[in-house]
Amino acid sequence: MSFNNLDTLYRQVIMDHYKNPRNRGQLEGDHITVELNNPTCGDRIDLQLKIEDGVVKDAKFEGEGCSISMSSASMMTQVIIDRPVDEAIKISEMFSDMMLGKEMEGYDFDIDELGDIQALQGVSKFPARIKCATLAWKAMEQGVEKEE
Amino acid sequence: MFNLDEVRAKFPILDQEVNGHTLVYLDSAATSQKPQSVIDIVNDYYNRYNSNVHRGVHTLGTYATEGYEGAREKVKNFINASSTMEVIFTRGTTTALNKVAHSYARANLSEGDEIVLTKMEHHSNIIPWQQAAHATGAKLRYIPLQDDGTITLEDVREAVTSKTKIVAMTHVSNVLGTINPIKEVAKIAHENGAVIVVDGAQSVPHMKVDVQDLDVDFFAFSAHKMCGPTGVGVLYGKQELLEEMEPVEFGGEMIDFVNLYDSTWKELPWKFEGGTPIIAGAIGLGAAIDFLNEIGLDEIEKHEQEITEYALEQMKTIDGITIYGPKKRAGLVTFNLDDVHPHDLATALDSLGVAVRAGHHCAQPLMKELQVAATARASFYLYNSKQDVDIFVDGLKKTKEYFGDVF
Repeated sequence: MSFNNLDTLYRQVIMDHYKNPRNRGQLEGDHITVELNNPTCGDRIDLQLKIEDGVVKDAKFEGEGCSISMSSASMMTQVIIDRPVDEAIKISEMFSDMMLGKEMEGYDFDIDELGDIQALQGVSKFPARIKCATLAWKAMEQGVEKEE
Repeated sequence: MFNLDEVRAKFPILDQEVNGHTLVYLDSAATSQKPQSVIDIVNDYYNRYNSNVHRGVHTLGTYATEGYEGAREKVKNFINASSTMEVIFTRGTTTALNKVAHSYARANLSEGDEIVLTKMEHHSNIIPWQQAAHATGAKLRYIPLQDDGTITLEDVREAVTSKTKIVAMTHVSNVLGTINPIKEVAKIAHENGAVIVVDGAQSVPHMKVDVQDLDVDFFAFSAHKMCGPTGVGVLYGKQELLEEMEPVEFGGEMIDFVNLYDSTWKELPWKFEGGTPIIAGAIGLGAAIDFLNEIGLDEIEKHEQEITEYALEQMKTIDGITIYGPKKRAGLVTFNLDDVHPHDLATALDSLGVAVRAGHHCAQPLMKELQVAATARASFYLYNSKQDVDIFVDGLKKTKEYFGDVF
């Protein structure tokens, strides 16, 4: 018995984000807060966004969940900070395509250039875990909508 | 004599590989697997005598009605109800509990009344009562849990008072495996003029249940956790209570006379079975009962106890494992491994062909009580072997190593 196939899911970089999450904590000052649950499994994210002039100035999160949901949240905040909101949403759509195993076509970005999120590509092979990976991104989309 | 190989051979699904490994199915508390006899009888209904019940004059309709009502008779005998009038087919435990909460509770509760629950209930035995309380002004009151996940009769006596109208309690906890002292609680409820509603989803599949001996007023369970099909379950209720209750769903099948402005209902149990019922499901449940009876619930319980004790022994040898629930428990073990989230654990085990449940198990208040966001659960049934446990425990050790390397 071995876990060879698990390595496609649990890449080193994912476990690094899980163990040392980036942008974990509470934002000071004015910001938007979104709390989202994954009701089927109990994962929870509390995402805070600071948006100024259509740009994500800062993002932090707290919450609890598995390595996939928490590492995805960590990677997501890294990617969206200092990006215009519409770009963040486009990246979220691209991420969603990646999770569904679709071709990521028609985007102005290259997945390799979007921080570490490419490492989550393996999640698409584990359908039961896709919701874990997309939780933080859904929270971000809702937060951005709140701002608008 | 209980012969595990013979039992396993009756479940075709067990004979397969998942992710390159022999399937080890440890999620029977979520849903049990089905023996060939149940699968066959459901197919047989659709292949040979699919027809609506209680209305066709034609031959197939008669067969279908006989099959459906025959299943009711089997349920009656299985739980020792005093009459088939007390056996109502529902969509499952959730629907059964909701029927009581809608009909009995709303008619009998008023402001200041109390509904007593425990903190180990499944969502389906909490939310219907919350809603009934919101609708009537009644209040919910919770019996606390001991550190080992049991309740004490002293606490039951403390919580159940003359204000109590309903005590709603699970027979066996789907998370802790706790077996609640239903007979004693029923006595306390009745002494205080309350009725007791029991969620039997996790008990009926695994142990002999005699509703008259327990003296419960309502008792709910699902077919799919006891080798039967999904989508069908049972609400047992004492006849005198059911007689007084109004139906919850209105329409075909449940009426006596329909006039333009008013209608009357059929007698029990049909007044609670509006619409075309779950005919194939009920017939399948009947076959599941035959199957369980053939092996014997005492034998099944004994086997599960052996497997569970063995699993507990083996699991305790793993460093950093936390096991929830009491020493004396039904056939399931809920646990957590340090530094491995239950989802990651379940994915890792799945890659070894081992199916366990991870999450909050539809018991968020209990998770809060245990101060965890989620847990993993292995649950056992008559077809599980010690070898299943060995593969599972070995998988746990490997999972711990795999994730341990990162930390």
